[in-house]
Amino acid sequence: MREYILRRLVSMVPVLFIVSIISFALLYVLPGDPAIAMLGENAGSQDTYRALRTEMGLDDPIYVQYGKWLLRTVQGDLGKSIRTGEPVAEVLGRRVPVSLNIGLAGLFFGIVLGLSVAIVSALKPGSKLDMAGTFMALGGAALPSFWQALLFMYLFAVILRWLPPSGYTSPLVDPWLSAKMMFMPAVVLGTHSAAVIMRQGRSALVEVLEQDYIMTARSKGLRESAVVGAHALKNAMIPIATILGLQVGNLVSGAAIVETVFAIPGVGRAAVEAIFFRDYPILQGAILILTTAAIVANLLTDLAYGYLDPRIRYR
Amino acid sequence: MAKEAPRPGAGAAAVVAERTGQRRVYTEVEGSAGQRFITTGRRFLTNVLETRLVGTGLWILAIVVFCAFFADLITPYPPNEQDYVAITEPPSAAHWLGTDDLGRDILARIIYGTRVSLMVGVIAVGIALMLGVSLGLVAGYFGGKVDDVTMRIMDAVQAFPGLILALGITAALGPRFPDMPPIWHAMIAIGIVATPAISRLTRAQTLSVREREFVHAAQVLGASPYKIITKHIWPNVTAPIIVQATLLVATAILTEAGLSFLGVGVKPPTATWGSMLRTGSQYIETAPWLAFAPGVAIFATVLAFNFVGDGLRRALDPRLLSSRRS
Repeated sequence: MREYILRRLVSMVPVLFIVSIISFALLYVLPGDPAIAMLGENAGSQDTYRALRTEMGLDDPIYVQYGKWLLRTVQGDLGKSIRTGEPVAEVLGRRVPVSLNIGLAGLFFGIVLGLSVAIVSALKPGSKLDMAGTFMALGGAALPSFWQALLFMYLFAVILRWLPPSGYTSPLVDPWLSAKMMFMPAVVLGTHSAAVIMRQGRSALVEVLEQDYIMTARSKGLRESAVVGAHALKNAMIPIATILGLQVGNLVSGAAIVETVFAIPGVGRAAVEAIFFRDYPILQGAILILTTAAIVANLLTDLAYGYLDPRIRYR
Repeated sequence: MAKEAPRPGAGAAAVVAERTGQRRVYTEVEGSAGQRFITTGRRFLTNVLETRLVGTGLWILAIVVFCAFFADLITPYPPNEQDYVAITEPPSAAHWLGTDDLGRDILARIIYGTRVSLMVGVIAVGIALMLGVSLGLVAGYFGGKVDDVTMRIMDAVQAFPGLILALGITAALGPRFPDMPPIWHAMIAIGIVATPAISRLTRAQTLSVREREFVHAAQVLGASPYKIITKHIWPNVTAPIIVQATLLVATAILTEAGLSFLGVGVKPPTATWGSMLRTGSQYIETAPWLAFAPGVAIFATVLAFNFVGDGLRRALDPRLLSSRRS
């Protein structure tokens, strides 16, 4: 297993290298002078401007700039916000726990709903419940999250007045209010994942339930819950785990929208706001953090995959 | 009932076909190339239309395409005409879906919005096809270092969460190419984001076709790699790529709507479903109808493309077909 982990980590190096080049290039291709952006259009003399350019390394050749940027980035220095002058790492560092909180809640909802529907559908394929499950999966995959968010807001906050329409409170400050505020964002964020898990989980389960060992388990008189839980689900988890890893990328994309709609101060919303304020270091930092999160999630999935299916480890 | 004996000289497949009563298969194999083509085409169409979902999808798409082409003729009002007497008016006989914050007719804007959605969907996927197919063909055919480098770049692009990368590229293109219409920034961004999916699929298909005899024959005859790729490999890898492209149009429409909703894609006053929802989000308490109809339009169109893409996939996948028939 250790060799497998090592191999996977080494295979990530070229991908991370290219990801870093793309992230650097996104900022580099922008026109306009970052030194002027820092100083403001009219502030500073020619000398201060020149000094700042040298200090920022803008006069260096591009590969030197990239090298310096990469070195700073791996040390956790993501530059300073053009708008507030605060270090980007600090600004985004405050927002990471918020996004993580919402993201995990969304993933949890997606897994619980997705797997439950998948199990119900797979146990009685072709039944009315199965049909309903298929429709839910098809609908969930096509539902735009921003529209779902607005419909939820209208229903739960405007008509029923059960939940606050937007905002965020840390669960450490007020757990009840936090849960109420997290409900809508988590459900909206997790819906797409739920739809995908429903579909893939159903087909994986249907296939597993046709295997001989399931018949053996049933014929030796095991309870249906034990047959599904202990025998079928564990084996169906291998394809489902892969889907889960891929879903993290979707969750991260969804975070930008959900955080914006529900006014949640997370990393995704920081990226969107940064575009409007042309605060490119923040945008670049947010893209780097979100992409790293997706890459790490995929790595963890691969490792889980190796754990669930021993054949993969030795390939 | 006495069974007819298989004809002498018929292969094992024909014997099996006879025994299982699949006589049609037998005769189709015997038919001329032209007949076979027609039968395959007809069978393909029957397979595509076999599920009701595909039919529903095609109907919805027909309506969307009709609206896009004849928007000028069927809209009751011009999409940007402001009526200051009827601001955020609920649905009525004059304005079937109500009016927005500037007094513009929502129905008219939704009908015109089909143009943006379809255009972005089709052109963005077109860009992805151009990039992805060429990269996939080259990587798959030449293999080795070319393949390694191309696929690592695709891995890296795919490592970015789709909407986040699209946001980044749109933000970078905007100030760099201010003269280019903003809709193009979004289309290029979405196209780049969708490229890895196409290139991976093309590469995988190319890898299997590359080893076929007719490719080896062309190589022996001295055909150039360009000719082999375009004349021999490309025609044999198109089917799954078309399926993937149809499904990607749905994703592209959703991504464009997402970008417009966030205020990044197409600029006002152009009517797009995403930007209409953005406006709707600001009036959700006082004028909820602003947010209702554009969402239905996005939902139905995306669903339709998914239905059609799924139907095509099923029709082209012999494995799925046999499992469904059994």
